[in-house]
Amino acid sequence: MRTDDLIKALDADARSTAMPLRPAWWLAAGVAAVIAAIVFLSTIGPRPDFMAAAHTIRFLSKFVFTIVLAISAFASIRALSTPGAATGRAMAGMIAAPLLVAVAVVLELFAVPEADWSTRMIGSNMMICMSFIPLIGIGPLAIFLWMLRYGAPTRPVLAGAVAGLLAGGLAATFYAAHCFDDSPLFVATWYTIAIAALALLGALGGRFFVRW
Amino acid sequence: MSGKDEAELSRLLRAAIAGDEKAYADFLHRIAALVRGFVRRKIVQGGVDPEDVVQETLLAIHVKRHTWRQDAPVLPWVYAIARFKLIDAFRRRGRRIEIDVDDIAETFAEPETETVSERDINRALDGLPPAQRSVVSSISVDGRSIGETAAKFGISETAVRVSLHRGLAAIAKRFGQGRFGRE
Repeated sequence: MRTDDLIKALDADARSTAMPLRPAWWLAAGVAAVIAAIVFLSTIGPRPDFMAAAHTIRFLSKFVFTIVLAISAFASIRALSTPGAATGRAMAGMIAAPLLVAVAVVLELFAVPEADWSTRMIGSNMMICMSFIPLIGIGPLAIFLWMLRYGAPTRPVLAGAVAGLLAGGLAATFYAAHCFDDSPLFVATWYTIAIAALALLGALGGRFFVRW
Repeated sequence: MSGKDEAELSRLLRAAIAGDEKAYADFLHRIAALVRGFVRRKIVQGGVDPEDVVQETLLAIHVKRHTWRQDAPVLPWVYAIARFKLIDAFRRRGRRIEIDVDDIAETFAEPETETVSERDINRALDGLPPAQRSVVSSISVDGRSIGETAAKFGISETAVRVSLHRGLAAIAKRFGQGRFGRE
């Protein structure tokens, strides 16, 4: 088939339409949040003293970390799924969440006597944390990988890893409302491992599933 | 490549997305020539047929045109797709290639030349279900319109459009997965 012939076929198909990528990403984010909320509420749910905890700085700091991660990953993944889009600034923004956690860890090390460091880090919920963040995040990750297929990522493995971070940030935001371990030492350790697992899964999905 | 080209091509693709088929044909012909110039300059050794990469790029542009933001320049989007498809073509043949994005500034449009080699797209076309294959061939190779194709096969124009759309999407998907032959 000559290229001119191919163009005739493409031109005849000009009227077929698909939702533009930008609104599609917002829709996907909304659906992913609803799925995460359903899984969260039907399994572990928020902790009983949620309202009282909402007045403590350590409890609130967890949401700052996870929401900043989700927002920066969302900005990055939208750029990564658009060919030719500038990704530098959005990707640089992804340093914000780890940086905030690092600052909080340093502050915590000053605020808490050394004898308590390991108890704070190990906490009481690490197995629940490491199983429920991936469990809440797996549905959203599937949606985000499907969205990458709908888009056109020229770096699919990286985009898949960012999809995992986005799913992880979203899942961790819900999980943080359940968890009694509010110390940044706990968050920096177990949340990171759980979110990294989703990122790894996302990278694999990007490698093998996101082909276009 | 100049700012004038960019503005004109953006205008054509916007019109095409709004449903203007003439603008779309014009856009695709001009993009094909630009991508051909880009790809030919990048392929200095044998093994990869430039025209195969041009065709894969055009199909990807077609099925992914919803990823273009209408307020963004169109040429960086086009060249990002062409570069991705070119790297993919080399990867399939076990080669690595480094492509400098800045090089696109020196690209010149080039016309298609006849080659004797079997096209990847023909093999992908042969792998389609018969109904899709005959509709896609009728419109592309035989140059019939949607209406003429509907009359020839005794089906509705809507059915022709659906088969065409699914057939093109299936070919693009096969290219994306590196599958070219019959399954």
